Amino acid sequence: MMYFGEGVVKGMMVTLKAFVASYFKGPEDGGLFTVEYPEQRLPEKENFRNFPFLIYDNTPDNLRCVACDICAKECPPKCIYIVREFDKDNKPLKRPAVFNIDHTVCMNCGICEEACPFDAIYMDHNFEIASAERNENLLFRKDKLLKSNEYFHKIRPTDAMAIDERRAAAEAKKKAAEAAAAQKAAAAQAAPKPAALPAEPPKAE
Amino acid sequence: MNKIFEAKDINLAGINSSLLEVNIGPQHPSTHGVFRMNAVLDGEVIVSLKPVMGYLHRNHEQIAENMSYAASMPYTDRLDYFNSMSNNLGYALSVEKLAGLEVPERAEYIRVIMAELTRLINHIAVIGFLLNDLGAFFTPVLYAFREREKILDIFEEISGSRMMCNYLRFGGVKRDLSPAILERIRGVVTAFPRFLEEFETLLTKNEILCMRCQNVGVLSPELAVNASITGPLLRASGVNYDIRKVDGYSVYPRFQFKVPLGPKGDVYDRYYVRILEMRESLKILDQALSTIPAGEIMSKKMIPFLKSPRNFKPPVGEAYARVEAPKGELGFYVVSDGTPQPWRYHVRAPSFINLTILEDMCLGQKVADAIIILGSVDIVLGEVDR
Amino acid sequence: MNIMDTEKVKTDIEKALGSVALKSIRSSLLIENAQDLPKVAKFLKEDAAYRLDYLSSVTASDFIEYLETVYHLYSMEKKTGPVTLRVRVPRTDPKIPSLVSLYRGAEFQERDNFDLFGIVYEGHPDLRRIMMWEGFEGFPMRKDYLQEDSETLESADVEWLEKNGVKVPEAAKAKAAELRQQGKRALAERRVEDKG
Repeated sequence: MMYFGEGVVKGMMVTLKAFVASYFKGPEDGGLFTVEYPEQRLPEKENFRNFPFLIYDNTPDNLRCVACDICAKECPPKCIYIVREFDKDNKPLKRPAVFNIDHTVCMNCGICEEACPFDAIYMDHNFEIASAERNENLLFRKDKLLKSNEYFHKIRPTDAMAIDERRAAAEAKKKAAEAAAAQKAAAAQAAPKPAALPAEPPKAE
Repeated sequence: MNKIFEAKDINLAGINSSLLEVNIGPQHPSTHGVFRMNAVLDGEVIVSLKPVMGYLHRNHEQIAENMSYAASMPYTDRLDYFNSMSNNLGYALSVEKLAGLEVPERAEYIRVIMAELTRLINHIAVIGFLLNDLGAFFTPVLYAFREREKILDIFEEISGSRMMCNYLRFGGVKRDLSPAILERIRGVVTAFPRFLEEFETLLTKNEILCMRCQNVGVLSPELAVNASITGPLLRASGVNYDIRKVDGYSVYPRFQFKVPLGPKGDVYDRYYVRILEMRESLKILDQALSTIPAGEIMSKKMIPFLKSPRNFKPPVGEAYARVEAPKGELGFYVVSDGTPQPWRYHVRAPSFINLTILEDMCLGQKVADAIIILGSVDIVLGEVDR
Repeated sequence: MNIMDTEKVKTDIEKALGSVALKSIRSSLLIENAQDLPKVAKFLKEDAAYRLDYLSSVTASDFIEYLETVYHLYSMEKKTGPVTLRVRVPRTDPKIPSLVSLYRGAEFQERDNFDLFGIVYEGHPDLRRIMMWEGFEGFPMRKDYLQEDSETLESADVEWLEKNGVKVPEAAKAKAAELRQQGKRALAERRVEDKG
């Protein structure tokens, strides 16, 4: 049998305990768990996704994007705008002349990253993009979106390693195929000499 | 603005008074978002109450009809932004039903784990906000949010985002759970009962809470069934109907759990049913974590469509799939015409339909009680207004 | 869950009600005459073999030649379902009898369909717009609905902007005046998505 007010008193004991614990205990044992952002920060999770960025290898000219427009088509809120670059003979090049992402529209879903067949666009960890001017500062153009592969390794090491390995393997395979094709062509040129046993193609390792 | 109630003089026991029309909202802090209640008061007693909504309406259904099936998945996160994983599950189930897809077992287990974690965070947050409505300003909410934070951290680690998870895919899930993450989920599950006990000591037997909540906003089981009420609101009225049990979707039939029912259907029962449901969720989580099998996380048929969602074209037909979301029955009705975009996409939003009987529960109650009745219905305006 | 056999439901309804014309489409029942809907729903709700006391979802769709409303009925008592009913009405005169007197749960959902599709549910106690504001024109979920063009100004916009001290370019003003003369609104062309 409870007397009237016991529930309130017991409840107050819980809050009193939490109040005392906030002075003496760590966040895991019921103490203060507030992180005083900007001075303190939470540890970054590797899979955290925010706004997309474009990856380049070694130099900014060497970007992976080939302006295929797949991400722009798949983007649910349609915040990506791409124009392909043309050379002076009006031949299309495999690189974008314009690559804009409107960060006011982007909803951080990560579908561009999933859809990209060239490993060119990935989600960034940078969320501090607040700005007093939204038209210029929040419309990210190509130069602002470009980030190096090293940066990608820094923020998401596991994914970056896996992707680099996959790309290296694909590259090696491509080279092997090219070499094999070249040898075949050379062999065909050297014909009709039947002596040409096709050399062993280099292994794709 | 139409007058919804004609104010006229009434005479009660010789005292002349007139009815007063009051707008509660659309920005009242206790209305859980931009929601308005058009109340007519006699003194402090509610005579009529009409919910007004649509302030957050963005025609979610039409947006989804103008894009590929997979591209709607992140939009479903934004329906009920407390429970993005359950929304993902409902949508994934309906499209899988439409396209006849099988889901690998491990993915099913991961889905169940995520859905139950979502139920935990929804129910503690709702109880916290209910106490806010009662006037216990923010102490219970912060206790609840401390625990919610731990689960959100797990969501962030696996899906990349704390609230807008976008984690499920048709035919599976986006990323596998590593043993370390499973261990962390287990840690949360083992630590949670201690927190629940503390939370209950703080609230369940608190006399002020009991006096404010008991016999307030009683909902009869007959009316609840007739008005299509679902979720904890229905079960607090004593109707045993849980879609996890009835439909047995995903791998729920493999787990042992009870469906807690309330005796009276007042605000207090709704509070207590949620507490009990959390305990059942913990049981499900415990079983799922100990029996989760190894294996694939994506159906083989769907792997190519991850890279090119626009090529995914379900056969002509329609499907209605429903899940027991924390707020009630969340249904998705999808009609396909064989193109990459759905012809019709409809969301049966639980909190929208649960608002049907708000007026019936509030009639004859005080204004302050109307606020806690609304709090106990548990609405999220992203879902109500769609 | 017990899945109901549509053919059996159909024969049962025909046996009990006689004159109702039904057609089964994709495991759902099409009620050919919209006025029969309350009769069928009442039978399914009250018949001891069915007891479909729970109306889960009321949805409309626009199939261009006609508008359709789909009802998903379940039984909370027997834990069975669903039985799916559909009713088709012409676009020009879309009138369906309301089910609110049988199922309170239809109240907001029918208002929602009225708001977005313009289907009139006869006998609904309070058929008003629910999502869109009062005075909104058109029905946004119909397939022929044209959205407002946010780029083009209308004369009311010009007036408002000028009142608030914004300089409006002459070309935009001329366009607004022209639209006003023609009695038109600034509507966007329907975006044609490539379905590839």
